[in-house]
Amino acid sequence: MSALETSVKLRHEIEDFFFHEAELLDDWALDDWLNLLTEDASYFVPPTDKPRASHLDTLFIIADDILRLRERVLRLKDPACHVEYPPSRTRRFISNVRVNVDGDFIDARANFIVYRNRRGGDIRMFTGEYRNRLVRINGELKILERRAILDVEELGALGMVSFIL
Amino acid sequence: MLANGKLVIESSAESRFLVNREVFVSEDILKLEREKIFNRSWIYAGHSSEISKPGDFRSRLAAGRPIIFCRDTQGEVRVHINSCRHRGAMVCREREGNTRGFYCFYHGWTFNNDGTLRSVPGADSYGDKFDKSLLGLVPVPRLESYRDFWFVNFDINARPLIDDLAGAKEYIDIIVEQSPSGQMEIISGTQEYEIKANWKLLVENSVDDYHLLSTHITWMNYMSHSGVNMKRNKGALLPMQGRGKDLGNGHLVIDNPNYRGRPVAAWISIYGEDAKADIANMRAELAARLGEDRARRVADTNRNLAIFPNLVLNDGSSVTVRNFWPVAPDRIKVTAWCLGPIEETQEQRARRLHAFLTFYGPGSFATPDDVAALESAQAGYASWQEVTHNDLSRGMGKALPDQLDTDEEHIRVFWRRWSELMETQS
Repeated sequence: MSALETSVKLRHEIEDFFFHEAELLDDWALDDWLNLLTEDASYFVPPTDKPRASHLDTLFIIADDILRLRERVLRLKDPACHVEYPPSRTRRFISNVRVNVDGDFIDARANFIVYRNRRGGDIRMFTGEYRNRLVRINGELKILERRAILDVEELGALGMVSFIL
Repeated sequence: MLANGKLVIESSAESRFLVNREVFVSEDILKLEREKIFNRSWIYAGHSSEISKPGDFRSRLAAGRPIIFCRDTQGEVRVHINSCRHRGAMVCREREGNTRGFYCFYHGWTFNNDGTLRSVPGADSYGDKFDKSLLGLVPVPRLESYRDFWFVNFDINARPLIDDLAGAKEYIDIIVEQSPSGQMEIISGTQEYEIKANWKLLVENSVDDYHLLSTHITWMNYMSHSGVNMKRNKGALLPMQGRGKDLGNGHLVIDNPNYRGRPVAAWISIYGEDAKADIANMRAELAARLGEDRARRVADTNRNLAIFPNLVLNDGSSVTVRNFWPVAPDRIKVTAWCLGPIEETQEQRARRLHAFLTFYGPGSFATPDDVAALESAQAGYASWQEVTHNDLSRGMGKALPDQLDTDEEHIRVFWRRWSELMETQS
């Protein structure tokens, strides 16, 4: 295969991976979604005023290690997670997928629009960029780090980031 | 009992305290609140650490006004109203930075960071009487601080901040005493979000421990799963009970024994075994500096402090500084920060931030459910004409020292002050 063919094939694979992940999240198949993550994965939503900062010295919106992320999924599945009960209807649109191979890692970026719908005509649109770091474990793609960077200057009327963005 | 037309009704004889739900939905009431409460109370503007160097500035809102909170070249803290004296455009549109001055891009007027007018293009057209010294940025009428927390007041005749804070000062002291040098800092990263509810519901919610068990059961589950002891005595609402207290002038606090871990300085399993020794050292430092009794208060108690009308300092899982403003009867603009001692090591700071995000903020395990509760209540108030009053009677009839954090006496403190100010003539 030529270099071009290799790169097109990889991008195709990464796009499919993004689309599959989006489907699981929009279907609230959260346990299946957790299976896409490594055992030491993390999930970040940086603050809107410091989108490029580190969670070690900056207050994020979400900065989960895998332990808290698993707990987050438990919480989201619980009807006592009041903010997401009944669960929001979400629909993700993913485009502009860019892939960069960095040694054993694959850095995958994509633009997203996530619509979040609740009763009473409450429609909110979250736009931004995913910056994910992927690895292959036994040939399977897994997410080591998942970062959803929002475009908004402040959350404002978007309110809470209470579903998996 | 309901016939006297008052919005807040207190009857000791009947142990009832009722708030008319009209106060959550009425435009007229919000207009009155702006006039009688927000234009006359001390409103939080910022923290010294946000403008630590000469020339540092932050632009934000205080009681709805655009302000520039800054430190001028001489090092003096100032708050200018962010509006050009010429035709009103904002002279600072960046969120934060460092500058010698502010520039109005509309017609090019330039101001120094102390607010004085530096230059006006084509000044000769204004004639002889034009006096630049009278055309500086307008300062807020009053600007005062307590322990690095800066407040503004739009009433020139307001009583001094230090007098107004009354008993709240001691609780600010306890928060600040976490730092060996008495210096706390606002940590980078701001949470800014809106809630579709009335602002007074957020005051209530920020100091309401009655709702924990039902609203925050998933957070409690997370704590339990993580090895934190969340066991409650039979019939108890919480693992440990605290007290609700009146601090004077509408300020109030819930003062609680800690069970949920504190970055300074009470270890819980979530922090990890590695953190145990570090936290024990911090605890020892507190005891050496403050004595054992005071150290116990700093390290082993939590406090949710509401400073009337719209600032909340919650010192529990971490410290949050939460400031808010009603943009409409049913909409609050919230800005929240994390506060920590300046001496924290990288590990301590990371631990504080991790702990913060578990409970506080728009992506946490607790705040989103609070917001859901407030928005649900607000939606319910569309029926205010049929279901007319909220009940805040918990604890009535008990002696003051017996008022629990899960009672509502401290919430009544807010409402009594609110009612007093709203009924002031002129």
